[in-house]
Amino acid sequence: MSTQKLRKERIDRGIKVRSDGLYALMSWRELSYLTLPRFILIAGLLALPFLIPGMYWQRVISIVCIYAILALSFDFLAHYVGLVSLGGAFFIGTGGYIAGILNSYFSIPPVFTIPLAAILGGAVCTLFILPCLPLKGVYFAIITLMYPLFMARVIEAFDIFGGTDGIVGIDSFSSAFVEQYFVIGMLLIFLFGIRRLVTTDRGLIFTAIMDNDQAVKASGINITQYKALAVFIASAMGCLGGACLTHIYMWSGISQFALDFSILPIAATVIGGAGTLVGPIIGCLILVPVSEFLRDFGTLRIVFYASILVGFILFRSDGIMVFGQRKYEQFERWTKI
Amino acid sequence: MEILVYGTINSVSLALMGLGFAMVYGISRIPNFAHGALYIICGFVTWTFFHKIGLPYSISIILSLGVNAILGMLMYRFILIRVRGMNISEIIASYAIGLIILEGLRFGGFRGMTYTLPVFMEGSMMIGGVPVDYHRLIMTIIGVLLITGLWVFTHYTKIGLALQGMAQDEQAALMLGIDSDLMAMLAMGFGAVLAGAAATLILPLGNIVVESGYHVLIMSIAVCIVGGLGSWMGAFFAAFIIGYAQILTSVFIGSHFQMVVAILAIILTLILKPSGLFGQQKELEERV
Repeated sequence: MSTQKLRKERIDRGIKVRSDGLYALMSWRELSYLTLPRFILIAGLLALPFLIPGMYWQRVISIVCIYAILALSFDFLAHYVGLVSLGGAFFIGTGGYIAGILNSYFSIPPVFTIPLAAILGGAVCTLFILPCLPLKGVYFAIITLMYPLFMARVIEAFDIFGGTDGIVGIDSFSSAFVEQYFVIGMLLIFLFGIRRLVTTDRGLIFTAIMDNDQAVKASGINITQYKALAVFIASAMGCLGGACLTHIYMWSGISQFALDFSILPIAATVIGGAGTLVGPIIGCLILVPVSEFLRDFGTLRIVFYASILVGFILFRSDGIMVFGQRKYEQFERWTKI
Repeated sequence: MEILVYGTINSVSLALMGLGFAMVYGISRIPNFAHGALYIICGFVTWTFFHKIGLPYSISIILSLGVNAILGMLMYRFILIRVRGMNISEIIASYAIGLIILEGLRFGGFRGMTYTLPVFMEGSMMIGGVPVDYHRLIMTIIGVLLITGLWVFTHYTKIGLALQGMAQDEQAALMLGIDSDLMAMLAMGFGAVLAGAAATLILPLGNIVVESGYHVLIMSIAVCIVGGLGSWMGAFFAAFIIGYAQILTSVFIGSHFQMVVAILAIILTLILKPSGLFGQQKELEERV
């Protein structure tokens, strides 16, 4: 046994340090170092409809983006506000049903139902979650997990809104092109909007609430109000996704409250990298197509993504995005102790 | 009278479902979302031993309880131990394990109405003018015995006392030489056995279907939340409250609403009194 021990050391790359400061504006190299990753993401998402062949996979693009919006809202709520909501399905279902009702009962065109569903749905979800905002940790997680189940059972038991059949005959988007670019555009707007939001003063308060709510309360800030605002933002995003889903499938039903919508975004967040905001989107881009590939195997796909989830939680709990970021910004070398 | 008899039976079966969940959470603070999966897998393992291998019914039950215990302990030893203390990771990991088991079983062909276990004893008798079959009666009696047995076990045996010590204060238990990981592993094992016991008692009344795994999970969460997470007595009383509430709603309103009642109980309890009826958690811990 050699007594010499080595340790891995990580140091920021020179270009990263330079581009942190004003130097970034002085050279194309630094400038592109900063903008290239963002450009690749934006251009890649925008180019997706042209790159993917076939009707079936074109549809998958929209589904990926809806899941990505949902995962984004989960990530924002969980890692920037500290409310771990397992109720993604609640947001999707509420938005989906509101869009369905507005369109089929009041015959409002999709142009208006989607924003209306986002705002109304956000308000409804916030109202439901408002009483349980003081809860923490497991308790909040359990109650948000229960809401979609509750809604599904209520709709089934009272036989309202079409009961188990759901609302049928809802208008679709005018073309597949509009549909895809609408969801991709919304995803990009939300992504960069949330990134901006978390660095503003409001975002700072959100993060502070996550770190130490007592301290925030002691500084005279109404934390319930801020938490409600955060829940509204996140649930409006989810509801918008739900409304798009309703118009894509021309149908809204109980299966929009299914656990899939709660679990897959979480899996995507864990895989992509929690707290990075881009990570969940990358996670969705990987997970959703893979689970579509496995659709022929029936429930095996759930087994598959649950196994990936367990594996990532145990062995790579920081996710792909954090790993990639580290490789991009730092280099590693072995040094003697 | 009918309400009284069937309410009691329903309550005891709910208590059986919830007991394992309450035990695991009480001791190791892990919300075991794979509880429903352990319940179902025990049913299928018993079915396999009994129908495929052809062992006697009693032996196949005992063997499948053993399998369940090992499964629970392995789950803790290799997976949950790594995320212990991180609430959300615990939920996600255990739920994902539950999904793997349940959907794996469904993929493995265990679906449809063909899987049944025989009842312990055929026939029925009248109790106060209400016909009750022997199996339900046996289930109730064994359930009550099991719950009292568990109480005696945790109060008068060394392992039981160690488990209780850990439930009360893990740090102090560690100082007194109680191996907390071993105890948590044992607790998972016991929880799995309780889930299995509930399965072998309740499943002969109907078909073994994968979906009921989710149902059992929700019911056991309902029982534990209403009773107060981590409190076994609470879980027992809550089972009676929810059990009677379910029977009353199904008699007076409609059987569709049984599940609504359970979920509503969870939501209302969490909003009004998160620590539950007999919760040991301090208010400050769960509320801001």
